[in-house]
This record gives sequence, structure tokens and C-alpha cells, in this order.
Amino acid sequence: MKLLEPGAELDGFVIDDCLHAGGMAHIYRVHYAAGPRDPGFALAMKIPRMTAGDGAENIVSFEVEHQILQVLTGPHVPRFVAAGDLDKIPYLVMEYVEGETLQHWLDQPGRPDAPTLARLGDAMARAVHSLHKQNVCHLDLKPANVLVRADGSAVLLDFGLSCHAHYPDLLAEELRKAIGSPAWIAPEQVVGVRGDPRSDIFAIGVMLYELATGELPFGAPQTAGGLRQRLWMDPPPPRKLRPELPEWLQEVILRCLEPVAAQRYPSAAHLSFDLTHPGQVQVTEQGRKTEGTGFRIHFRRWLKAAGMHYQPSPLPSQQIDEVPILLVAVPHKDVTDATLYSLRQAVARSLGIRPGARLACLTVIAPGDTSASDSEKSETRVHRRYLTMLRQWAQPIDLSGHQTSYHVIESSDVAQAIVRYAEGNNVSMIVMGAATHGVQMQRFLATVPIKVAMDAPCTVILVKQTLPFDQLAQAPAPA
Amino acid sequence: MKLALLSDIHANLQAFDACVAHARAVGAERFALLGDLVGYGADPAAVLAGVMQLAEKGAIVLKGNHDEMAVTPEGAGKTLGGSTADWTHAQLDPAQRAYLAALPLTHHEGATLLVHASAEDPARWRYVDDERSANASLDAAAALPDVRYVFGGHVHFQTLFYRGTGRGLMRFAPTAGVPIPMPRHRQWVATIGSVGQPRDGDPRAMYAMFDSAAAQLTFHRVAYDHATAAAAIRRAGLPEYFATRLEDGR
Repeated sequence: MKLLEPGAELDGFVIDDCLHAGGMAHIYRVHYAAGPRDPGFALAMKIPRMTAGDGAENIVSFEVEHQILQVLTGPHVPRFVAAGDLDKIPYLVMEYVEGETLQHWLDQPGRPDAPTLARLGDAMARAVHSLHKQNVCHLDLKPANVLVRADGSAVLLDFGLSCHAHYPDLLAEELRKAIGSPAWIAPEQVVGVRGDPRSDIFAIGVMLYELATGELPFGAPQTAGGLRQRLWMDPPPPRKLRPELPEWLQEVILRCLEPVAAQRYPSAAHLSFDLTHPGQVQVTEQGRKTEGTGFRIHFRRWLKAAGMHYQPSPLPSQQIDEVPILLVAVPHKDVTDATLYSLRQAVARSLGIRPGARLACLTVIAPGDTSASDSEKSETRVHRRYLTMLRQWAQPIDLSGHQTSYHVIESSDVAQAIVRYAEGNNVSMIVMGAATHGVQMQRFLATVPIKVAMDAPCTVILVKQTLPFDQLAQAPAPA
Repeated sequence: MKLALLSDIHANLQAFDACVAHARAVGAERFALLGDLVGYGADPAAVLAGVMQLAEKGAIVLKGNHDEMAVTPEGAGKTLGGSTADWTHAQLDPAQRAYLAALPLTHHEGATLLVHASAEDPARWRYVDDERSANASLDAAAALPDVRYVFGGHVHFQTLFYRGTGRGLMRFAPTAGVPIPMPRHRQWVATIGSVGQPRDGDPRAMYAMFDSAAAQLTFHRVAYDHATAAAAIRRAGLPEYFATRLEDGR
């Protein structure tokens, strides 16, 4: 299709200017020809290239994007407006989102510092998590497809290679082949698996690596053999290329780039959690190393990769629900041992049936507990004291296989602090005492669990004190 | 137009009524009953009465293998499928038997072909249960002008077959209640499941709704009083197996 001139009209839309003329599509800024139909936001029109020389994939991608964009909601995707008939002139009209693509950061002369990298990574992870919750995997994440708004949030673009778990995958075929952009594609996509949300986490890892070092972890392979390298190869550690990069950040990036999907972050929410809590990342040899993996290990993995196959994955939303982030609110005063014990039992039970679930232990202290002038009550000391208390509380729980972190938050509104924390960290489940946070003042403060239960964005488990304690207390002293 | 597709009712009055009510509630403008109206279940006469009422108001009704067996049970043989044919035959009056005997095997309208089993030699009642058999049905249907959609029953499972980027058909397991976009420029084969005898471990009745204007197919699952349907089978003295399988959805 030839380029449209400004002022041209198509199905009631007037072309303003061409924003992008790529190999797959032309993108124009447009507006409604009839004035009163103002949608309240700027519009962009995408027209796939479909002349004789263009591949059939363009047409299928257009169909896929049309189907998926129509049903996606939320702030992390452009709003869908209209589509043209495939039999006449195919086009998609959607919200034009103001912002810079990630490519903009890559084109800057210097590399972003660690806090900026973490912010960008977190924005991507949140956007991707929102997509996965809607049962869609993007599968073509790359710097040109991630737009960052002025407020720092990310918007994902181009769903032409995406996969919706509730729709037939039009891009699938009996003889599976790699579909995606070679530099960012995940190993399982290389062998033809479509629909694993962890493929998107791999792509975020590639982009973070790229932003951090200026290099692509696996280059931009042109051949099938080159693509298969990522099935067994570890990229050079980012700190080898940029030694001042913090160990925790390398740990996070390399975990995204694990060749086996099961060893990556189980959901984008887990990734976002680590990027927003650098102090809680458990740094291993992976994060510390500054030299690449040796030939022997690579050779062994290469042999293994020859027969590598992947299990088809369940629904993305189901998959991320199975590895939730659990938040337990542990009261730090006016609380009985029985309540602390019951809370611990409830958390242990919840973790026991959810392998890989992450646990965040939180306590909310009053702002008056710390003081800037009194060194005994300095923020660091007070927080350390409460962190120790949380660790002691959690000690009896079997936390193997569960990443665990401890958090002290100062707030005068306990319920609001818990809810905000849950919202900010994509928490899937809150565990708290049914009548905690102030036993003496129960008439007044029992409203904390109720407020949390009403306002929380997720499931709330209210734990009651277990019965045996009452009975033990009532039992007559042994004669 | 919203066309409600119901198949394999199998004389299950409770499931039939529940699906018809559900379809009306979600805006069905027309009904198509894709055969096996009777057999296995305890209420063949009542179900047929309901079917004939729908037909008077424009419903499409096709013949299935069990309908044929109910007309001529002597040809049914001693199979599991044929074991209730004699009893069913006895429950129906001559007018009802004549109605069943006269039913067509297929219905072609616009881009849609409706058939009980496979469009490939419909009277042979072939199962469309994998990509290959779906392909054969589609190939036979494609001999008719403009056919894009082949909808059938017979297998008691809800499955959609579609063409991806490869040459052969691909199988897709639908999620109940989710409208699936099925644009006209592609070809589709769907088995819409069974109203009266689900066999996938979920006792809820199955049917599907095709919205031709929006080019969307929605597979539905409808909870119904399967305990009453099973009790009716026991009361009628039919084999216990047919009652328990309604309770288990197997």
C-alpha cells in the first residue's frame, strides 16, 4: 500500500502525518472527519503493508492484533478505536500514546544508572503483568514496542505476534517454528512454543541487559543455529561489561535470561517486586560473577539442549496465580502469642500448597516510633529492631523454595498502609489476624482487618486464633 | 443473526429446556438442532414435542444416528448406542416417528453448513474428533458454494478446528462463555458438544451460539437439574449406566 498524503480521508478518518513507515506497517496520526465524534484522546492509524511483495504473515499479524487489541483493557495498552475490513482496506485505529519508546534510552550517549534501570524494568514488568492477567502473552517485546509515558509507566505496542489463551492461535502451525524478533526471543519460542508468559520475562531481561550494557546478550542472530544458542548459552555477565553495575541488578537480569523458563521469575509481578526492593534481592554467585560461563559447562548444556523440549503452558493468568505474592501483616504490639502462632500456621499452610510463592512479611509502625533527634529511636535502629522481630516470627516456617522479604512501614493508618503496599506490589493474597493490631482497643481497632478486606485489590485471609490455645489456658494445672 | 446450535439432546428434557432458556436469555434469534434428539434419555416424547414446536417457529432440525435407530430399532444392533432404541421407539407415537424419519441430514444456508456428524458422507455418521477427520468434513463441505463454517455434534465434545499458518487444520479447546472471533475469510469446523449427555467430566449441558453478523462463536456450558434427568432414567427402567453418566458427566 502506498503512503497516504496528509488530508486524505479513509473511512471517516483524516490523515494528519506519517509517524512511521516500517517494513510491516505504516502508522499515521489521524482525526475523525466529523468533528463531534471526539474520543477525548489523540488517534493513530496503523495500516499493514499488503502489496504483492509483502508476506502473508503481515495479514495474519494484522488479524491477530485486531482480535487482541479489541479485548485488552487498562493503562498499559493503547485503547482500541476502530478497524477496517480485511476484504477492503485493513487498518487499525487506536489511541495515540505520548511518550518515548525504550529505543530512546538506548540511543542516548551514556547508559542509565541503576535506579533508572530498575524503574524502567519495573514499568515494563507491571505492564506485562497486566497483560498476563488478561490471558495474553505479548511474545514480541523489544525496545521499539515499549513506550514510556511522562509519568514513568509503560505502554506495550504491537500485538501482531501475540497469543490470547482464549482464542485459536492463528500464527501456530503443525511444524512449529520460531516466531518473533531474533534478538529478544526466548529459548522456548525458538523451538516453537507460543503462549508462555515467562517468554515475555526473558524479553524484559534482554532489554534490561541492553539498557545496562549497550550490548545484546545473544547478539542479533540471522540463522536458526544462532538462535538456538540461547537454549544453552549464558550471556557474558553484565558486570563484565560494566563493573560498577550493582550485584543485585545483575542477579535480576540474569534470572530473567535463564534458558529454562522454570528458572526465571515465575511471574512479572515477582520481577517487579525485586526491582522495587533491591535490598531484598538475594545475591548469589550469579549476581557477583564478572566472568562468563566456561566452555565445559556450555558444552554439557549444548549436548542437553539438542533434545530439549518444552511443556505447553496452562493459561497465563492461571500460571501466575499459582505463584502468588503472599503478604502477611504481622502486628508488633498488643498481640498474643496465640495470634502470632495462628498467623504463622496460616502462612505455612498457604505456602505449602503453592510452590514458588513469594512471601512478604510486613509490620506497620506509628510515625512517632522513630525520631530524627533521639539516636536510640533513629529510623535505622527502630527499623532494624522490627525487622529482627519479623525474622524471628517467620523462622519456624519452612521457607525453602519461597523468596521471603521483610518490610517495616511507618504509617498512622495501618489498614491503608497494608492495602497500598498490596496494590503497589501486585500482591495476590493478604494474610492477617482477624482481630489483631491492638487487642486492648478492639472495639475501635478491629476495623483494621475489615477495612483491609473491603479495600484490598486481592484475596484477604483473616486468621482467627486457633482453638487449642484457649483450651490450654483453661486446662487445670497438673497436680 | 444469533443462531443457537444444540445437538445430541438425547431425550434429556431438563437439559434441553435449560439450554433453550439460556439461549433465549442471551438473545438467540433462531434455533438449529443438529440431531440425536432422542436415545439414552427418559423423555423422548416430551423432547420431540418441544423440538416440533421450535421447528414450527423456524428452527432447523437435522437427523442423527439415534433418531434413525429410534425409527427402525431392528437395524440398530446390540451396541451400547442401540440398547435404548427399542424402548425409545415404543415411547413415540406414529406421527413423531414419521417426523424423525423425514428429517434431513444436512442444512446449507449462506456460509454455514450444519450436519449431525461429518459433512463427508453424512449418512455414515463419521466422528469428527481429530484434525484429519475435521479436514475431511471441511473438504466435503467446501464442495458447496461459499461454505466457511461447518457445525456439527455427534462427538459430545466442544472443539474448534481452524487453519493456522500451516496447511492442515489445528485443534483448539474453547473456554465456555468466551466469544471467539471467527472471521469469514477463514474456514472453521466446530463440534458444539452435547446438550443431553456431556462426557468430559463436567455434568453441565453444552451448546453454542453463532453470531453471524459479528462472526463470533461462543461455546456455552449450562447447569441443569441432572439429578431429575437421572432419576427419570431409573424410573423408566433404562440401564443404570445412563443415569450415573449424567451425574458424572462421563
